[in-house]
Amino acid sequence: MGVTTPLAGYLLVAALLFAIGLAGALVRRNAILVLIGIELMLNAANLNLIAFWRFGPHPEALTGMMFAIFSIAVAAAEAAVGLGLVISIYRHTNTTDLDKMNRMKG
Amino acid sequence: MIMQSPFPFALKIMPVPPEAWIVRWLWLIPAAPIVASGVIALLKQAQKKLASGLAIGSLTFSLLLSLIAFGHILSSRAIIFGFQKAFNVEFPDTTIRSIVSFTWFQFGHSTVDLGWVLDPLAAIMLVMVSFVGLLIFIYSVGYMAQDENFTRFFCFMSLFAGAMLGVVISNSLLLLFMCWEIVGLTSYLLIGFWYQKPSAAAAAKKAFVTTRVGDVFFLLGIVWLFSQTGTLLFYNHGVGSLEGLALVHLLSQHAGLGLSAAGAIGLLIFAGAVGKSGQLPLHVWLPDAMEGPTPVSALIHAATMVAAGVFLVARVYPLMAAGAPLMPIGAALHGTTAALTVVTWVGASTAVFAALIAVAQNDIKRILAYSTISQLGYMMAGLGLGGVAVGMFHLITHAFFKALLFLGAGSVIHGCHEEQDIRRMGGLRADMPLTFGTYAIGMLALCGFPLVFSGFWSKDSILEAAKHWDISKGPFYLLVFGALLTAFYMTRQVCYVFFGHWRGHETAHESPRVMTLPLAILAFFAIALGVIGTPAWPWFRAFLENRTAAFDLHGFAEPGLGLLMLTSSLVVFLGLGLGWSLYGDKSPKPEAPDALEKSAPWLWAPLRDRFYVDELYGVTVIAFYAWWARVTDWFDRRIWGGIVAAVTWLFGLWAQLNRLLDVHWVDGGFDKTCEELSSGGGLLSRVEGGRVQNYLRILAAAVVALVAILLWSSRP
Amino acid sequence: MNAVFYLLAALTLAGGLAAVLLKHLVHCALATTVAFAGLALLFLQLDAQFAGFAQILVYIGAVAILIVFAILLTRGSELPKDGVFSRTWFVGLVIAAGVFAILGWAVLESVRAVPQQTAVPAVTVRDIGNALVGRYVLPLEIVALLLTAATIGAVIVAMHEKERPR
Repeated sequence: MGVTTPLAGYLLVAALLFAIGLAGALVRRNAILVLIGIELMLNAANLNLIAFWRFGPHPEALTGMMFAIFSIAVAAAEAAVGLGLVISIYRHTNTTDLDKMNRMKG
Repeated sequence: MIMQSPFPFALKIMPVPPEAWIVRWLWLIPAAPIVASGVIALLKQAQKKLASGLAIGSLTFSLLLSLIAFGHILSSRAIIFGFQKAFNVEFPDTTIRSIVSFTWFQFGHSTVDLGWVLDPLAAIMLVMVSFVGLLIFIYSVGYMAQDENFTRFFCFMSLFAGAMLGVVISNSLLLLFMCWEIVGLTSYLLIGFWYQKPSAAAAAKKAFVTTRVGDVFFLLGIVWLFSQTGTLLFYNHGVGSLEGLALVHLLSQHAGLGLSAAGAIGLLIFAGAVGKSGQLPLHVWLPDAMEGPTPVSALIHAATMVAAGVFLVARVYPLMAAGAPLMPIGAALHGTTAALTVVTWVGASTAVFAALIAVAQNDIKRILAYSTISQLGYMMAGLGLGGVAVGMFHLITHAFFKALLFLGAGSVIHGCHEEQDIRRMGGLRADMPLTFGTYAIGMLALCGFPLVFSGFWSKDSILEAAKHWDISKGPFYLLVFGALLTAFYMTRQVCYVFFGHWRGHETAHESPRVMTLPLAILAFFAIALGVIGTPAWPWFRAFLENRTAAFDLHGFAEPGLGLLMLTSSLVVFLGLGLGWSLYGDKSPKPEAPDALEKSAPWLWAPLRDRFYVDELYGVTVIAFYAWWARVTDWFDRRIWGGIVAAVTWLFGLWAQLNRLLDVHWVDGGFDKTCEELSSGGGLLSRVEGGRVQNYLRILAAAVVALVAILLWSSRP
Repeated sequence: MNAVFYLLAALTLAGGLAAVLLKHLVHCALATTVAFAGLALLFLQLDAQFAGFAQILVYIGAVAILIVFAILLTRGSELPKDGVFSRTWFVGLVIAAGVFAILGWAVLESVRAVPQQTAVPAVTVRDIGNALVGRYVLPLEIVALLLTAATIGAVIVAMHEKERPR
């Protein structure tokens, strides 16, 4: 095995970053760190998109670029709301520890 | 109006007046008192005036309609006989009879019909029953005034009156039986009117059971008659069970013991009459029935109900007389049927038997009760010996003077403050003059005092028929002896009660007018009715036999009649004289033995103890019945009860089994399922931990799996 | 593959790792910022200048600041008693490793089939602008709506509750 094309390299980096973000979301206790992990995952996806735009067919169609731009915008909005929620939950339960938040259990 | 004649062509010539409205509405006569009884049953105890008013009003209504019916018969007779006279024709065997009948129900090809009939026999009975009944009702208003159950009394009396009138007009043997049973029921209710007294309750039960024995045979006779003739209507335009066709059919069948079916059925029906009219051997209930109030004794057990038996025999007389030649007036009778012979012997022996017992009784009402049994025997003998007219005439006259005697006895009891033992009375001639006068008239009529009183003429017609009886002269001698005894015991009673001096506790007083007025009216009829039955003018006989009767003094010139009248008069005087010599104007102390007892104690004991008939029944019939009841009870409790208990136990076992199944399998299974569901749910709920990271992990794992599958499947 | 790529990749990945592994939350936030910066540089290297600058402006300029504010407002600077990793951290690690494995395998298996360009695309801001209001006008409007809603929602969610009269 070997990384023969530049595209593959970028994709692998993105995959690794995605896995790291996922691990952080799944392993850490703090809610904010889960959100950080999610942001990392989103960024990895953006990298994927730009990489495919650069090395894929028809880069003049700007599809990849536009997708990534919109993704950035949506991610920002989602981060704002998510963090607002975390703050609100902290006000009610005085903790951000996810292990302790199981009131939604069945 | 239906004319029956063996000459069909004559039917076209005879005048047929349109059917009178009274025949259509004849059913109102029994219906009115029954409806009144129903209304009175709903009234409160305190509404005494309303109750008695309803009862008396309804019976007055019935009396009026009865008089109209009687008048209708009279006018029909006038029309027929006028026609006969005008056209100089003679219609033999005419019968003035109107019937109305309707079908009650049908089964298969047979129908059961009910209906009513208006003929001379019914008409005369209607008038007698309603008239005597009305007088007794009026009397009861005074007699029962202090009783708190006044309303109940009139309810039952009204029901009785309606049912008795129903018996009289019934054209169907079934309808007659139904009314007969209602009459028996009301008799039971009225005998046991003061039910708190154990003797009254026992007497009522005895009356019912004894008459029931007779009714069983009666019912057998009804069933037999229906099976042979297919109809229970007496008269039905030629196809009734008492008419030509049916009688011929019945006569042709032999029923063993030398009887034809007609005779056998007649005897079975007579058995019912034996029970109801207190003939030997079913007479035991009548003396005990005196436990009821005196008006009840007067109406039911003297004038009407007991006469129903005699009336029944008169009604089915064609059945019993079938096969015998017709009996012409007065002349020698040729032969009679076996059934009628039995009736005669039963009647004659009852007459003497009861008269003997009456000699030795001390209760004023019991003497009259045995006297009633004796006179009923006379009536039965009269029917058997001389036919319907002879027996019915004595029934009519007896009704009046016996009711008079009972009401008079009631007046005496009332005046002596409920004392009934004649040894504790005496000298009431002065204290209760009106009662004494009317009682004396009744007593003389009963004895048959010559010429003036109706009893003489009615008893004499029976004696005359007995004299001319071919089969045996036995009944004649028995009946003459009975007349002697009647005079004797009645004199004894009157001497004890009205002569001598007072032996009671408080002073006696005369009864109020509401009680003495009916006495006077009845006394009048006790004398006046004799007029219609003398040989000079035998109107009653002619009325019942649908002939004219002319006033003819030559009627007295019959051979043997004068001798007979003399004989019976002598017998009466002998009895009166004997009685007076033993008891007249003496006042024996209540504890002292009777005069006859002193002279002939061997005679006195069986007479006073009523020939031990009750004791005989107690040892035989009742003892057997009690034993049978015990056996049946044991059987019921052990066998049937055992079976029921066993079945119950089985059911209990089954129920237990079901319960076990239910608890362990059904409930257990159900509970187990619920538990499993619950724990399964618990297990499943662990997926929903509420932890976000767990959800995320599951998502990620699922994505991995999905992508792996996709990639694996899309490999080239 | 030139050395710049490797350098930038290493920077980004190190920043990501640090963000996930460090104990102190503020350190994690800073490490995230480094990762964002590395990514922006990668975009620039991929000739997506607009995306790169947008990344810097939005992510580093806004999202990272938001994260820091959130950490401050939730007292994240205090270390939790039970440790920073969840009790069942191994499962999460395994799953993440599985995801990387599958993605890597997918990439390596399929990248040969895709034809690749190496010419630099000529993209100007004017072209992006034209595309935004031309072909992509609908997503633009929707994103505008989304941003409005998100803004309002975030304010409402994070707002202090008024004292309710009890």
